[in-house]
Amino acid sequence: MQVPAAFEYRRASSVEDALALLESLGEEARVVAGGHSLLPMMKLRLARPEYLIDINDLSDLDYLRVEGGELRVGALTRHRSLLESELVFRHFPIFHDAERVIADPPVRNRGTIGGSLCQADPSEDLSAVCAALRAALVVRGRNGTRVIPMAEFYRGPYETEVGPAEMLVEIRLPLVANAGSAYEKVERKAGDWAVAASGAAVALEGGRITQAGIALAALGAATVNSVRAEQALLGREPTEEAFAAAGRSAAEDCDPVTDGRGSAEYKRHLADELTRRALRRAADRAAVAALAAGAAGEDG
Amino acid sequence: MTTVEESAPAPEPAAAPEERPIGYGRLRRKEDPRFVRGKGHYVDDIQLPGMLHGAVLRSPLAHARIVSIDTSAAESHPKVKAVITGATLEGLGLAWMPTLSMDTQAVLATDKVRFQGQEVAFVVAEDHYAARDAVELIDVEYEPLDPVIDARHALDPGAPVIRDDQEGRTDNHIFDWEAGDKAATDAVFARADVVVTQDMLYPRVHPAPLETCGCVADMDPVEGKLTLWETTQAPHAHRTLYAMVAGLPEHKIRVVSPDIGGGFGNKVGIYPGYVCAVVGSILTGKPVKWVEDRSENLMSTSFARDYHMHGEIAATRDGRILAVRVDVLADHGAFNGTAQPTKYPAGFFHIFTGSYDIEAAHCKVTGVYTNKAPGGVAYACSFRVTEAVYLIERMVDCLADELGEDPAELRMKNLLRPEQFPYHNKTGWEYDSGDYPTTLRKALDVAGYQELRREQAERRERGELMGVGVSFFTETVGAGPRAHMDILGLGMADGCELRIHPTGKAVLRISVQSQGQGHETTFAQIVAEELGIPPEDIEVVHGDTDQTPFGLGTYGSRSTPVSGAAAAVVARKVRDKSRIIAGAMLEIAPDDLEWEKGRWLVKGDPGNARTIQEIALAAHGVLELPEGVEGHLEATTVYNPPNLTYPYGAYICVVDVDPGTGAVKVRRFVAVDDCGTRINPTIIEGQVHGGLADGVGMALMEIIAFDEDGNCLSGSFMDYLLPTALEVPAWELDHTVTPSPHHPIGAKGIGESATVGSPAAVVNAVMDAIGVRHADMPLTPGRVWQAMHGGVGAPQ
Repeated sequence: MQVPAAFEYRRASSVEDALALLESLGEEARVVAGGHSLLPMMKLRLARPEYLIDINDLSDLDYLRVEGGELRVGALTRHRSLLESELVFRHFPIFHDAERVIADPPVRNRGTIGGSLCQADPSEDLSAVCAALRAALVVRGRNGTRVIPMAEFYRGPYETEVGPAEMLVEIRLPLVANAGSAYEKVERKAGDWAVAASGAAVALEGGRITQAGIALAALGAATVNSVRAEQALLGREPTEEAFAAAGRSAAEDCDPVTDGRGSAEYKRHLADELTRRALRRAADRAAVAALAAGAAGEDG
Repeated sequence: MTTVEESAPAPEPAAAPEERPIGYGRLRRKEDPRFVRGKGHYVDDIQLPGMLHGAVLRSPLAHARIVSIDTSAAESHPKVKAVITGATLEGLGLAWMPTLSMDTQAVLATDKVRFQGQEVAFVVAEDHYAARDAVELIDVEYEPLDPVIDARHALDPGAPVIRDDQEGRTDNHIFDWEAGDKAATDAVFARADVVVTQDMLYPRVHPAPLETCGCVADMDPVEGKLTLWETTQAPHAHRTLYAMVAGLPEHKIRVVSPDIGGGFGNKVGIYPGYVCAVVGSILTGKPVKWVEDRSENLMSTSFARDYHMHGEIAATRDGRILAVRVDVLADHGAFNGTAQPTKYPAGFFHIFTGSYDIEAAHCKVTGVYTNKAPGGVAYACSFRVTEAVYLIERMVDCLADELGEDPAELRMKNLLRPEQFPYHNKTGWEYDSGDYPTTLRKALDVAGYQELRREQAERRERGELMGVGVSFFTETVGAGPRAHMDILGLGMADGCELRIHPTGKAVLRISVQSQGQGHETTFAQIVAEELGIPPEDIEVVHGDTDQTPFGLGTYGSRSTPVSGAAAAVVARKVRDKSRIIAGAMLEIAPDDLEWEKGRWLVKGDPGNARTIQEIALAAHGVLELPEGVEGHLEATTVYNPPNLTYPYGAYICVVDVDPGTGAVKVRRFVAVDDCGTRINPTIIEGQVHGGLADGVGMALMEIIAFDEDGNCLSGSFMDYLLPTALEVPAWELDHTVTPSPHHPIGAKGIGESATVGSPAAVVNAVMDAIGVRHADMPLTPGRVWQAMHGGVGAPQ
């Protein structure tokens, strides 16, 4: 049995309490929620926090609600809730696509969206999902709250904007009319980290793409949007040619490395292939959403 | 009562399955109630008063000289009771131990470390956490050396010499071994119309049993008796080796193998951790538990395969296979620790002639050292039959590709015919029995082969990549005849004891050890079939050297072929004796009695009979027995198999490959097995299911990979991938039955058939789908895509 080095354990009773603990215990304290990234690293003794602050009692961070034109997701929301939520699926089917291929049910039962994003693993799926959806992240400290756009959240692999005495508390996803989203991933077996993955979100108006979000996982040192690919789509009809152009840009702009999961050449190809596939499905879903909205409008 | 060795008894006709519940047939496993209720008892469940815990410090480097080891900080840890290094063991003469291949292996490194993960020191502490913490307090200074990682460069002039512990050694060469007739084979190749050549690597894979290896060592300082609970597939062999190596008297060693959570060959050998735990118990006077973690299991214990094979197949233009020639470079890691019969350094690889009627064959195998973990034969491989089957079944597909022939038809054309059995192949094996064409035809029928080919053509029109792969394998298992097969001089015969209690219940003591195979059920059924005692009334005892007769253990699918035969023989001895006692009871000559399952009855007067239960009671009672007949009802035997057994099968795999990503989906898998007499079909099917999953895993995802510095890249289940229910289809199983003529009940063994036969079927299907002649396993999406686009790098 792999066992971690010795550490102290604290159980936070509120967000305020957790922040106070983070402040008083200093930089060697780490927040633990699902623990599915941190605990294995501790058992391998790659991570050796002196303190763990358990936030699993903070049920007020476990929610999904629509407010102010956004879907607001509490940081302690489990993968399973995202996978099973009708509300999330209706607005952002990309979550359903991604959650189905994240690890396995035991991990999804405990792992949280906040933990996934804060781990900042460049292969992590929800980072690409949130980047494609242009999420905004609410980070709280003792002195107040900051809202950070997803595009500015990561400083590099395993590094985020969240300060030592701060916590990610909420993820905000803007609701967009006539939109669709999708996630495509290649893995070597179910539950594997991505060989490569692409998340895409598009909005349609008058048969043309008015908004586009594309983000790749496992195709660079950190999850970032494929900005040129996104721009290539704006104003265009959702055609194979448009998707191909976006896929090409995404492939050109990504930065894969050769490893046991595949060669850089193969992964770059996947950036193209998976981006096209994700766009195809996202656009189909957007068209259905537009149709449904139109029908609802006529009914009304 | 004397123990005699049995020669091959005549086979008796197998009973039809519908005759259950007495003997053969479907029966729920007697083991399952405790397993499904979480009541199994594994090594790590053992708790003894005052028990201490051990942990191993392992080398971070693949090849380095040890400059110094400072244990002072670890020793001053308040919970540490002992720190053992190579120097400690040298003082006891235990720094090195013999391997199962007559090589030596460092228990704890003294001079150099030779692979990443090698054992360097052992800490004994009050609890597991403290032991792990203290391991980190040991300070080792290493002087790094150039490692040898790629076996293809192990014999390069100037390559670093890994085993400089061996006097006079100047290279990394272990052995050259040949089988077959080289001159005859070369001659056939010279006149053949068609010769196809293909290089292929069977990559290093790992058995990865769910339960890792471990032990609890308890040396009683007063009695001088060592009790060792171990995760071992071969408790008796281990006990004898401890006696020989450590100088402990054999009668003062008890090895107990409790419930074992999977072995697959991983638990055949003796690991340094076991020896260290014993030494720890001797030094501290307390029991010491050592259980390795997952990474330690994957990085340091017996791997499998790692065969670089150069295959050549010769044929006529019209598809008659003439000869096969193979050159193998075998990567054995830092110590030659393969487990196989002594005369066979490449195991039974020379069964690579497969299931085909050919004129000539030759192979040469060269074994080399590299800076990787030792081992070599493990993982349900039947002593390298897995590599052999993969080689020939890939070569036949390569030939089919060259000739433009259908691979199933090409096989059918070349299969051995039933009238050729017993068949002497060109490398010295005598195949016992088989009807290969019937089995292949059955598999093709179950799969709907022609329909699959039609569907494939239609899908190709639409740009979809569907593939159909066929493999036909012949195994050679049940080692083996003791005159030819031994491990470290211990002959591969197995003892068995059967005692019928006065009330007609029975206890069967066997020498083999179950790791999940269901011995407690199957062996009870064998005795039940012979004696008519219900299997529920027969207790099977195994895994404890104080409780069971000597034998070499469970691996190479040998339990049913060897120990199962012993169980049948010993039951027949009891039956013979019961006839004499029944005669005394009925006051009639034994020759005037005839056997009907479960009772002796008077010929011509079937109402006059005595059941085995009545006879058992009389045997323990006051009945006057004929002169020279002892009371009670029991027998022992030692079974020495006259030949190996040859299970075989035909497998068909259907895959779909995503043209854009290279991802492979195994859509269907048809397995038609022939393991001779079928004792418990439910258990057989379970074995086949597991083996097929193994095969899909090896074909598609499993590899122990290293970087150029010798860092193991597969030290966790995030990197060493095992298939799950999501990667495998619903298996479609069928069977034929061709009993072994030399086995008492005609059974051939099934444990490894599916692992041996299935990888080639999967790879053949993928190659068929993508229209590429060969790509090496594991066929991950990336590798398939590379193969489709012409760039296949040899994996390392």
